[in-house]
Amino acid sequence: MDKFIKHTGSATPLRRSNVDTDQIIPAVYLKRVTRSGFEDGLFAAWRTDPTFVLNDPAFKAATILVAGVDFGTGSSREHAVWALQNYGFKVVISSRFADIFRGNSLKAGLLTVILEQNDVEAMWRVIEAAPLTQISVDLDSRSVCYNDVVLDFAIDDYTRWRLMEGLDDIGLTIKNSEFIDTFEKRRPAYKPATLPIRV
Amino acid sequence: MALTLAHKIWAEHVVRAAAGEPDLLYIDLHLIHEVTSPQAFDGLRLAGRTVRRPDLTIATEDHNTPTLNIDRPIADPVSKLQIDTLRANCAEFGLRIHSLGDKDQGVVHVVGPQLGLTQPGMTIVCGDSHTSTHGAFGALAFGIGTSEVEHVLATQTLPAVRPKTMAINVEGTLKPGVTSKDIILAIIAKIGTGGGQGYVIEYRGSAIRALSMESRMTICNMSIEAGARAGLIAPDQTTFDYIKGKPHAPKDFQSALAYWRSLYTDSDAQFDIEVELNADELEPFVTWGTNPGQGAPLNSKVPNPAEIEDDEARGAAERALVYMGLEAGTPLKKIAIDTVFLGSCTNGRIEDLRAAAQVIRGKKIASTLRMLVVPGSARVRLEAEAEGLDRVFLDAGAEWRNAGCSMCLGMNPDQLSVGERAASTSNRNFEGRQGKGGRTHLVSPLVAAATALRGTLSSPADL
Repeated sequence: MDKFIKHTGSATPLRRSNVDTDQIIPAVYLKRVTRSGFEDGLFAAWRTDPTFVLNDPAFKAATILVAGVDFGTGSSREHAVWALQNYGFKVVISSRFADIFRGNSLKAGLLTVILEQNDVEAMWRVIEAAPLTQISVDLDSRSVCYNDVVLDFAIDDYTRWRLMEGLDDIGLTIKNSEFIDTFEKRRPAYKPATLPIRV
Repeated sequence: MALTLAHKIWAEHVVRAAAGEPDLLYIDLHLIHEVTSPQAFDGLRLAGRTVRRPDLTIATEDHNTPTLNIDRPIADPVSKLQIDTLRANCAEFGLRIHSLGDKDQGVVHVVGPQLGLTQPGMTIVCGDSHTSTHGAFGALAFGIGTSEVEHVLATQTLPAVRPKTMAINVEGTLKPGVTSKDIILAIIAKIGTGGGQGYVIEYRGSAIRALSMESRMTICNMSIEAGARAGLIAPDQTTFDYIKGKPHAPKDFQSALAYWRSLYTDSDAQFDIEVELNADELEPFVTWGTNPGQGAPLNSKVPNPAEIEDDEARGAAERALVYMGLEAGTPLKKIAIDTVFLGSCTNGRIEDLRAAAQVIRGKKIASTLRMLVVPGSARVRLEAEAEGLDRVFLDAGAEWRNAGCSMCLGMNPDQLSVGERAASTSNRNFEGRQGKGGRTHLVSPLVAAATALRGTLSSPADL
């Protein structure tokens, strides 16, 4: 995974709440067996509308998505994260993310930043008026900056460290294998197993 | 220390805890399907890793599989590749798989419980948000993404932060015709689609205790629609009786039972938040909008967005009515339906089919609509056929299909067309969920059946 320390870019305002993962990428696009190529499915239904914000040339260069509350609800499909990344987004900002989507994003290296709803709305107004406004998202200082505005955001120390180092969780867990070995030795015998198959 | 049930199960599964880090949690059962696993297996191969516990892993095919002509090769080449990839991965890594045509194939959340693999006190994960279903057994069960699927395959653990706990107390007695689906739709309408975010919900109270296991599964299934990654119900005699005799029920049932009986929220434990719902007052509940929180009693009207105070909710309601093609103030019972879908991990179990069949028996569905009946698993289908339920549906003019997720998410050929309106026993009414441009009203199996007969949203009381 690439390290994430700081990202600067312009943003797309997505003035919608409850953007579920079926909107981010409809199920018919989930049939691929790779992690790439999902950009064509991103907001596929909405993109057929010429007035949809992703179709606005003013926001073509954007790498940050600023969305309404409850972004990423519904299905656990990590394809939603990949679709945003494949399309070119590095950061999504919202006042609340669904749990599974947020977990997936931080595993896959898409930074999800939680800001207050009124700060999100202020950002919408600024980027709608000046679409090329440069926004810096700094994980090191846990802040979002644009023009003369500085907004702090919260992220736990562990996730921040892992993203800044570009580490994947599996490698970190395997370093603690002896804890898993010990745990397994004391698992009760009545816990079910899928093998051997019983009918 | 006094603990809630969720935190009790959590504590029993912590492999490693360290200050400033998420807990490392042991996973007792990992369910796999074709859509969210191929990239995880690729990751294992790239890193030269194996599956740590094939004996705690089980795969089935459900999201993508056709419900017609299952004895023929899958027509869609992209779907076929995804299914073939799952089969090849299971063969390569030595995993149990129930493929199309096998009697234990079906929706992954129907398969686990019917095999007796879902038991109280377990941690259960799957790359599917409706894994919360298994919480009905007093298990801590939650959906994960593909990166986490890979993590569990490789290590049988997950790093995770302990969630907060929410109690939803449902006291009272349900009226005839009111089901657990109505309870959960009413809960989501009350707390909103983000209301459970960051929490594990424990459903409690006399109305919950009175429910069958299958009805409990319906409630826990839709916890995610309220934003909660997991929902659970303390196990009791109903739970124990359900597991007994299932293929993978514990051989040493008494030892298991002794443990299961310890699984309850301590009387002096504190939930982070409590919500009350009166079961006596509940009525059949349906959705009118494009998220599961946009619901109302069937006897009411399509709401008027202008009367909604909150800006965000008003805007969402306005958008939803446009998408749904509905006028504010229309009685919900006047809404004409094109397709009735009975099935899914929410309401595709034998009890759901029996309930709908009882309403439909000896009658004909309205000539203006089609009805798809899709059993949750091949075993449910066989059981229903043994009881003659297939004849009830077929004689009424409905279609009797093979098992799978089907129209719940429209990934296989079972989809709505643009503008088509469904009454669906599934879990999500998102825009385009059941097919691009399709319109979904979430309903209980009883409402689905009555609607199929009358052609407009209806409950059995309207017949």
